[in-house]
Amino acid sequence: MDKKYQDIVDKHTPREDIVKNALISFFVGGLLGSLSELLLRVYSMTLNLPRKESGVLVILTLIAIASILTALGVFDVLVSKLKSALLIPITGFAHSMTSAALEYKNEGLVLGIGANIFKLAGTVILYGVVSVYFFGLIRLLIMGG
Amino acid sequence: MTIKYNNVYVEDAYTVCGPYENDGPLSNYFDKKHEKDLYFGEKSLEKAEVHLLKEANKNILSKNKLKEDDVDLLISGDLQNQITSSNYMARDFDIPYLGIFEACSTIAEGLILGSTFIEGKNAKKVIVSTASHNMAEEKQFRNPTEYGAPKKKTTTFTATGGVSILLSNKKSKVKIESTTIGKVKDLGIKDVNNMGAAMAPAAASVIYNHLKDTNRDPNYYDLIVTGDLGIYGKEILKDYLKDKYNITLGVNYNDCGTMLYDLDNQPVFAGASGPVCSALVTFGYIYKEMLKGKYKKVLVVPTGALFSQTFVFQKESIPSIANAISLEAI
Repeated sequence: MDKKYQDIVDKHTPREDIVKNALISFFVGGLLGSLSELLLRVYSMTLNLPRKESGVLVILTLIAIASILTALGVFDVLVSKLKSALLIPITGFAHSMTSAALEYKNEGLVLGIGANIFKLAGTVILYGVVSVYFFGLIRLLIMGG
Repeated sequence: MTIKYNNVYVEDAYTVCGPYENDGPLSNYFDKKHEKDLYFGEKSLEKAEVHLLKEANKNILSKNKLKEDDVDLLISGDLQNQITSSNYMARDFDIPYLGIFEACSTIAEGLILGSTFIEGKNAKKVIVSTASHNMAEEKQFRNPTEYGAPKKKTTTFTATGGVSILLSNKKSKVKIESTTIGKVKDLGIKDVNNMGAAMAPAAASVIYNHLKDTNRDPNYYDLIVTGDLGIYGKEILKDYLKDKYNITLGVNYNDCGTMLYDLDNQPVFAGASGPVCSALVTFGYIYKEMLKGKYKKVLVVPTGALFSQTFVFQKESIPSIANAISLEAI
């Protein structure tokens, strides 16, 4: 790397609004979490379900909403405004799969959608499973299960 | 290396643009505008890019009442892997074909080759074309098009369009006066979201060599434009040219990437990019203004980042190229 050139580049490269983006993500993400909790209680009350089962319904609802918004072309526009608030919850995971599926539908069901649907989500699944294994192990060893 | 031409003219140019370009400030200069969506009636994004090329080339033939037999050579390139858009376009034209690639500087490579063929009397009429498609390129180089991820301010927005240029040995109002073939430069930038920084050294090098070979200074030109350095790359180029080559670019310098869109009101971050960016601005806006007499001497420097995703993932830095084309109104 040319040091002198790097200085010129740094001088003209704008700073990203990290703090602003983090705050937006924090508050909008928090709002989304609160609304999910509200929905969970509504499901519990109206359908007379235990908390755990209505939690599954909430997740399904969020996945459905995120996928439909992705298909309508709205989700990416929302992300550009609301930043990572929509990407970190389960909505981001659903969005990554739906967008990949839409992208590769022209290449067919098997070689297109089948082979590419986990293009972005695959990383999350792999390292999610690996980290859950290690955290489980640590929990077992330290806390006895 | 600079080549001078005495006998090469731009006979005509045909420009096709997409909806984002149509919403930009140069809309009135384009010949055909797709206002609705990015598919143009095709079933896939890649086919839509082929559509743009075919449309530009078919129209330049019909507009000039030419048959395919009247054209000696078709030169075309684009950003798709194995330049497939150009190849699939070329199967519909009964014209000898050269497929070329220098990323977003492809149009310059095409003009250099075409002009040299004509000057050497190996061809009388040559068509040079290029295209890019915002979503087809996003799909290949970045994430799925519908995937939303927060983007950096230095990111550029790939332009959608197709441009066809008819070069000829028949005298017309705009001539290709000279061209300078650039050298590949790489100062170690690895960030694909800051391509202006990666490409500025290549642009600086070719501008320096062009001015040195022709013994000119930047004020000789009414306008000097680079291809797609964007808002920040433009400033980097100015500083680097001053620092390394002691050349000062004045108010006659601009960047096509900052001209194609309304940067304040369109979601394009640092500006436009893609092979068609410099082609649309040069052969839509600048060429037409040259015909009207606003500009007499123009230096166009399309810039290209010559990377692939594979090499980026393998942590390689981004090599870049730029070529210079000197246009002169007669």
